Amino acid sequence: MSAKKNTTPAVFALSCAVNGQRTELEIPSSLSLLDFIRETLGLKGTKEGCGEGECGACMVLVNGRAVNSCLMMAVQLHGKELVTIEGIKGKAGGLHPLQKTFMAEGAVQCGFCTPGLIIASEALLRRKPKATLEEIKLELTGNLCRCTGYEKVLSAVEKARGK
Amino acid sequence: MEKLSCVGKSLPRKDALIKATGAAQYAADRDFAGMLYAAAVRSPRPRIKILSISDAKARRVPGYVTLVTYKDIKGVNKWPVVMHDYPFLPEKEARFAGETIALVVAKTAGAAKKAAALVELKYKELPFVADPLRALEKDSVKIHGEDNVFSSFVIKKGSVDEAFEKAAFTAEGEFSTNYQVHAYLETQGAIALPEPGGGMTVHSTTQCPFYILDAVAAALAQPYHKIKILQTVTGGGFGGKEDVPALVASHAAICAAKVGRPVKLIYGRKEDFQSMSKRHPGWAKVAYAADKNGRLTACRVKYVLDGGAYSTLSPIVLWRGTVHAAGPYKIANVDIKTYAAATNKVPCGAFRGFGQPQICFAQESLIDELAEKTGMDPVQFRLKNMLEPGDKTVTGQKLNSCCGLKEIVQAVRKRSGWDKKVKGRGPGAGGPDVVAGIGFSATYYGVGLGAGGRYLDRAGAMVNIYKDSSVSVSVGNAEMGQGALTVLAQIAAETLNAPYEGVKVEEVDSSKVPDSGPTVASRTTLMSGNAIVDAATPLRERIFKTAFDLLVAAGADASKPMTAGGGVFSMGGKSVEFRPVAAECWRRRLKMCEQGWYTAPRTSFKNEDGQGDAYVIYSYSANAAEVEVDLKTGVLKVKKIWAAYDVGRIVNPRLALGQAQGGILQGMSWAVYENLVYKNGIMVNPNFTDYVIATTADKPEYDITFIEKPYKDGPYHAKGMGEVPLIGVAPAIANAVKNACGARVTSVPLLPEKIWKELKKA
Repeated sequence: MSAKKNTTPAVFALSCAVNGQRTELEIPSSLSLLDFIRETLGLKGTKEGCGEGECGACMVLVNGRAVNSCLMMAVQLHGKELVTIEGIKGKAGGLHPLQKTFMAEGAVQCGFCTPGLIIASEALLRRKPKATLEEIKLELTGNLCRCTGYEKVLSAVEKARGK
Repeated sequence: MEKLSCVGKSLPRKDALIKATGAAQYAADRDFAGMLYAAAVRSPRPRIKILSISDAKARRVPGYVTLVTYKDIKGVNKWPVVMHDYPFLPEKEARFAGETIALVVAKTAGAAKKAAALVELKYKELPFVADPLRALEKDSVKIHGEDNVFSSFVIKKGSVDEAFEKAAFTAEGEFSTNYQVHAYLETQGAIALPEPGGGMTVHSTTQCPFYILDAVAAALAQPYHKIKILQTVTGGGFGGKEDVPALVASHAAICAAKVGRPVKLIYGRKEDFQSMSKRHPGWAKVAYAADKNGRLTACRVKYVLDGGAYSTLSPIVLWRGTVHAAGPYKIANVDIKTYAAATNKVPCGAFRGFGQPQICFAQESLIDELAEKTGMDPVQFRLKNMLEPGDKTVTGQKLNSCCGLKEIVQAVRKRSGWDKKVKGRGPGAGGPDVVAGIGFSATYYGVGLGAGGRYLDRAGAMVNIYKDSSVSVSVGNAEMGQGALTVLAQIAAETLNAPYEGVKVEEVDSSKVPDSGPTVASRTTLMSGNAIVDAATPLRERIFKTAFDLLVAAGADASKPMTAGGGVFSMGGKSVEFRPVAAECWRRRLKMCEQGWYTAPRTSFKNEDGQGDAYVIYSYSANAAEVEVDLKTGVLKVKKIWAAYDVGRIVNPRLALGQAQGGILQGMSWAVYENLVYKNGIMVNPNFTDYVIATTADKPEYDITFIEKPYKDGPYHAKGMGEVPLIGVAPAIANAVKNACGARVTSVPLLPEKIWKELKKA
């Protein structure tokens, strides 16, 4: 009914990079980036915690910046690079330094917020490799964690600096 | 305590890798061929008479499959929890806004949600009651029985009236606490898969797989052996995944049984807020009496919990609150009366602390008021009155040597610099109008279910050593983030002398282990740990005997004692590893798989007067909070929390610290920020935008000490620690606010406007 008035085409030819791989797909224009990642691509490491951009569990990197994928449309990814937790790797291809320090420090409990926290921390350390504790605290206020009390999360990010 | 090779070490967390790489599969991450999606149709008003439900409009949504109502339930339409008053789906009346009335099944999650919104519900509004104190009045609208009381308990000892008449000092106050939302980052969810022949397999996020088994079997009218519950990686519980996952999973199973295909039901955050369990709002009137020397002589408590529309876990939450209502003190005369009231709001249930934090806030705030009247320092006052080994609790339970309360209080006193700081703090660091203060609290916590759940307090385990020497351990208690898979693997590895890396504890499969009760009450290390020790002990005998034989065969001097540790057996200069020993056991055709079982020791508590042994053992916490208060705005900032715990032996120090820090922040967040608002029976702020929980920026500094008092009946002398860190945080903060600026705030959360109002009064 309303499709006649709607000027956006129902289907969009999306071209982007997903975890370093060139990806071309026809997707519904109304698809959220989060649903694109979880349902279309089947990458389940990105979590939905609230669907309103408050908790940070769905964070991914778009052109190196951390975004809440529940608040972005998949079509906005056109021509851009997406990195999800599945694409977070160390320089030699193994675990990323943040993954190592999160594990070693005990920053992982239930784990549901962990992918988002690692993504947010990675975005910060790419931008500010020597971020101070206060800067880390401020950056991670958009990532809710109900298990850890944040202490070990913060020390994990501190220890990953410069690695 | 004996030196151990595995228990007591900060070994790496078993599930950290899959969680840090995004590979862990939570309920929403699982998909199955032919799977359909369900979405709930919810009651819009606090109390309604259901007149009709129509899917005429919903049918037009592409992908729509069917509407599911109570008529589709094959079994009895009562969810079996404690009192069986909650229907799986209501038939005539819905009792709170947000209650699931029906479900829509569709081909996609989006279609199911869209169609559910188009289901037309015709109803008539009924009179409702939203306030628990109002609900207890004679002329209130009645929604449960003749008095709106789900349950009520007493503790009676001595002559309370007489003690108050003779008292040199008394203090009395009314206190209240608001809801707390669990805010686990993973919302509720389940997938039900019909099996050939009428069975059902359920994948669900949960703390209590066996509660789901009870519920799904009842809803489908199927025998238990046709139902299998598989716990998925669980993204936080805190009590919020104790009972209600059974309702969610039953809804998925009822849908799946109707359509004959797998059905996935994943909650959105808003509906999770509106309909899933919460920490009960609490109201309490407390009075203490003391003699001229500052010894507590009497305590009187009236304590009311707002149960919500159905009883769910309210009776047992209230019972735990009742037992601990007077605080960890020696008091000869006690009169405690408690009530769980029915209201037309979301049913409340388990939340870390389970009925204790609310009453602890009241009584520990009031202890400070009484100490002030006697002219004593609050810590000195507590030390004078607190429980020590050999003392009796208010229920008349004599404490054994496993009580480190005094030591932990002294530890916090010393580490926080209490004696100096309490005497006057002066200005804080945050500006000319900011003042600093320090406050204290002490608590105890009965580990396990105690007399209130004595018939459920058992646990099973299966330990299976494969031919390649790797070890699989099945238990009935769940990992929900607290670290059970790790701690239980350490206990199994210790008992078997197997290498820790080779031991795997499985997520719960209800068909593999007998009903082990719920994963609650800080009972998993104790109960499942003991069941593992029970299962592993006969295996240990076979392994150790075989290792001895191998060492002798290798020429070891058998006159020397054999030692074992870290997966290696040594004797007289020779050694052999676990792997060849296990292979030799298999070659000898020894039984390499055993079942274990543990039941909690007896309790003797009587409901008539509340006297007897309530719990088998207690854990303890002491807390000091340092705060800053802005005198102009009332804004409160918690700067640092010192805490000390006696939770028995620590199995994994790093995980224990994580439990402590997480529990403290959850307690602080409840005390300072979290404010769920109801207006006229409708929840106003069911989202993280308007319901604020603590973030990295709010985190205080933590200073945590463990004093390990060995518990003789615990696995390697452990007790339980999940809940103690949260319970005493709120009153320590409230007492610090009083110390800082003179404002006694008697309700949680301690919002700036409440502090500001008290400052204006002073």
